[in-house]
Amino acid sequence: MSTVESGATTDRGDAPLERLLQFGRAAVGNPIAGPLGALALAMIFFSFQSEQFLQGPNLSLILQQTVEVGVLAIGQTLIILTAGIDLSCGAVMAFGMIVMTKLAVHSGVPAIPAILLGVLACAAFGLVNGLFVTKVRLPAFIVTLGTFNIAMALVHIYSNEETIANPPSAMTFFGRTFSIGGTDITYAVVLMLALYALFWFVLTQTTWGNHIYAVGNNPEATRLAGIRTDRLLISVYVVAGAIYGLAALLLIARTEVGDPNAGQTDNLDSITAVVLGGTSLFGGRGAVIGTLFGALIVGVFRNGLVLMGVSSVYQILITGILVILAVSVDQLTHRKERG
Amino acid sequence: MRFSRWLVSLMGVLTVSLALLVGLSSARSDAPAQNTATIKVGLITKTDTNPFFVKMKQGAQKQARALGVTLLTAAGKIDGDAATQITAIENMVSAGVKGILITPSNDSVVPAIRKARAKGVLVIALDTPPNPASAVDALFATNNFTAGVLIGKYAKVLFKGKTPKIAMLDLFPGPSVGYLRHNGFLSGFGVAGITQKDSTKYKTSPDVVCSADTSGDQAKGQTAMETCLQKSPDINLVYTINEPAAAGAYTALKNAGKAGKVTVVSVDGGCAGVRNVKAGVIAATSQQYPLKMASRGVQAVVNYAKTGKKVSGYTDTGVNLITAKPVAGVPSKGLAFGLANCWG
Amino acid sequence: MSAQPESSSTVEPLFQALGIVKRFGHVTALSGADFDLYPGEVLAVIGDNGAGKSTLIKVLSGALQPDEGEIRLDGEAVTFKTPLDARRAGIETVYQDLAVAPALDIASNLFLGRELRRGGPLGQVLRMLDKRAMRKEATRALAELNIGVQSVRAAVQDLSGGQRQGVAVARAAAWGRRVVIMDEPTAALGVKETAQVVELIKRVRERGLPVILISHDMPHVFELADRIHIMRLGKRAAVVTPQSHTMQEAVAIMTGATAAA
Repeated sequence: MSTVESGATTDRGDAPLERLLQFGRAAVGNPIAGPLGALALAMIFFSFQSEQFLQGPNLSLILQQTVEVGVLAIGQTLIILTAGIDLSCGAVMAFGMIVMTKLAVHSGVPAIPAILLGVLACAAFGLVNGLFVTKVRLPAFIVTLGTFNIAMALVHIYSNEETIANPPSAMTFFGRTFSIGGTDITYAVVLMLALYALFWFVLTQTTWGNHIYAVGNNPEATRLAGIRTDRLLISVYVVAGAIYGLAALLLIARTEVGDPNAGQTDNLDSITAVVLGGTSLFGGRGAVIGTLFGALIVGVFRNGLVLMGVSSVYQILITGILVILAVSVDQLTHRKERG
Repeated sequence: MRFSRWLVSLMGVLTVSLALLVGLSSARSDAPAQNTATIKVGLITKTDTNPFFVKMKQGAQKQARALGVTLLTAAGKIDGDAATQITAIENMVSAGVKGILITPSNDSVVPAIRKARAKGVLVIALDTPPNPASAVDALFATNNFTAGVLIGKYAKVLFKGKTPKIAMLDLFPGPSVGYLRHNGFLSGFGVAGITQKDSTKYKTSPDVVCSADTSGDQAKGQTAMETCLQKSPDINLVYTINEPAAAGAYTALKNAGKAGKVTVVSVDGGCAGVRNVKAGVIAATSQQYPLKMASRGVQAVVNYAKTGKKVSGYTDTGVNLITAKPVAGVPSKGLAFGLANCWG
Repeated sequence: MSAQPESSSTVEPLFQALGIVKRFGHVTALSGADFDLYPGEVLAVIGDNGAGKSTLIKVLSGALQPDEGEIRLDGEAVTFKTPLDARRAGIETVYQDLAVAPALDIASNLFLGRELRRGGPLGQVLRMLDKRAMRKEATRALAELNIGVQSVRAAVQDLSGGQRQGVAVARAAAWGRRVVIMDEPTAALGVKETAQVVELIKRVRERGLPVILISHDMPHVFELADRIHIMRLGKRAAVVTPQSHTMQEAVAIMTGATAAA
């Protein structure tokens, strides 16, 4: 009865050569490889089509233009990893923008408390989403569709349809620029990259991050492992809400107004970024850095097509094709899981 | 489980109370001055949140009160929500309206409109014609082509003797308003061979060095202007689809150190936009009058109810060029007029 | 082979249930069921569908609470309100569907819910995982049971059915301090992989952990079990051994063809 599989278990992974080989294998099989490759290809393509494309100022612009959806998509990634989805993110961000600017400009609240209250308001929406998903057990799609409408209505009621101008300078801090090698970059871009680095760390190196992947991959197993899945999911939605609040601040910094019409299509745009980044809509699989590449791919196309003078209809067409490609690649390479 | 039930019951109580509150308050606001059997008029807008439609509704309510008729209102939940509009048409017809004023979300409302007209209800489209235009009895709207022409003519005089480098900041593919204003601007600016019939494609000219879409949104307007400046740093004239896009474009120009050196023109005439003309952000804007569309519409329905005579065809509700710096040969109105007649 | 005597008056049962009654509405799933598990043995629980064996196992693992009756561990009465209580008492369960997260790697699955954290502030404040330590431990746990995988970094979904079962068993064996319960471990496996799992169960027993094995696979039950607990009509119909009864006789008791021995 010696039918045991190929020998004893080893973890040879820590020897240097093994590590290199593993890195190579992982790089190709890594979920990020696809989006990074697509981004690189897109950039190469556009650099041939337009000589302004690859210039420092233009690349800096693309980064700045990506911040809004890029930051929202971090929260969306967290939620999609748990096999949920958030349709309310753009509207909640707009709500945060209005709360922050209205408090500061019309009610005379100092900038920092106004910002904190705005972030808190967005986190509160996240709490509502989390509670209804876990305690009432409604699908996230439906819950966040509801909060999307509620947030949108609150935005219009509270702002009275007015764009609020002249926010205090503390709120526009992240719009300020500094120079790297002759190119100007806003602090908002730096914050976005820092947030991606932070959540890369949290998702791959901490227990909370590990549990997020587990609950998205097999919620029942996670529950049986003794993890409080309800609390976990609620915390994910709340953290995502706070991230939307940060996105609101960064958008105020960029546009210098509180705009009640902001972010209306951002829910779909953030989901697009997540999907293009290789994260599975079924949950449990994906890397947050992929989302950054996904958001950049969309930004690169938007920018490149304008520089080329091509009609925007093609941008919409190409985005659609890319999304289907991304989801198909994900499905085909991970068929094992379903059978 | 208990907590979730409590949560759901709370939501239920809140919703019912909210509905009661809203129902009670709206009933009061639309009540006519007289109590005699009144004529009923319906108003259905695309949404309830866009200030343009808010102004339209106010105009209709004011006229309804003045004439002593009952106004029933409805709106889609979001831009493009035709289903709500269709239901509203049917309900209003059952409620006995003599006429319906509607800004159609899209063409799927046409069958419901036809059914209403077959029952003798007068249907007038406001602001946006349906397709085909003959689906409604009449259209009261801004001539969006003319709106574009006005700012185009303004820019032409301003740029006499200079080399124009034009950026076109458009809406998004689809709605005719985007093509009409764009083409009108170019036509007014002097590009030959453009007529009002060109409502489904963008025309262009060698002076146009960049086009980008904005969805009529401030943040996207900023992005579009930034990218266009990358492409052609020497842009000196910017056409924008509406005033939020213009505001965004201005922020981009300011960040590039070009505020005041580039001329921005726009369409709409909302109060925020007119204030931007005053502030020098926008050089000139074509103002339109949603309030007039609605009040004339109510009047037309009342006429029909009293005399049986239907209004038909297209009624231009007018557009005026608003600017603080008039130019020769292009009629315009000043800021005082603009602010007095703005919407939003 | 540490086989236990069929009835022993000298050794106390490690894990016991007395007079368990469990009703679901009008249906009585368990009507006074008894259960004894002795140290170091493999006890197979067999019974036809509806005999009550899944219900009994769920009561023993804390997934269900009995309406009447008592559970004893080491002679002391215990109550399990949730599966976690049972786990804390040292009873680990390998579920029929394995309850693993397929996309996560072997080490993560082994430590799911019980992750090792780095020392100092990195672990306390940032709650940073000590992946190296977990991988090392996982490697050791799998090696102890002679389960062969190339690397504990592999995702569970990339393993064969037998290897996956091995991971689930290794998890239970690594954390289980008193008892390991296995629910139909070979149900979804092929011949070769079933043989591997049988070997695995033997090794768990060799480590001194008693195993409660629910199975339909009679040949393997008779190969592995020290004693066989036969359920019928919500009660323990009989306890036999592979030595005292043949397979056919055991099945006959199971189906009621013959009265309990």
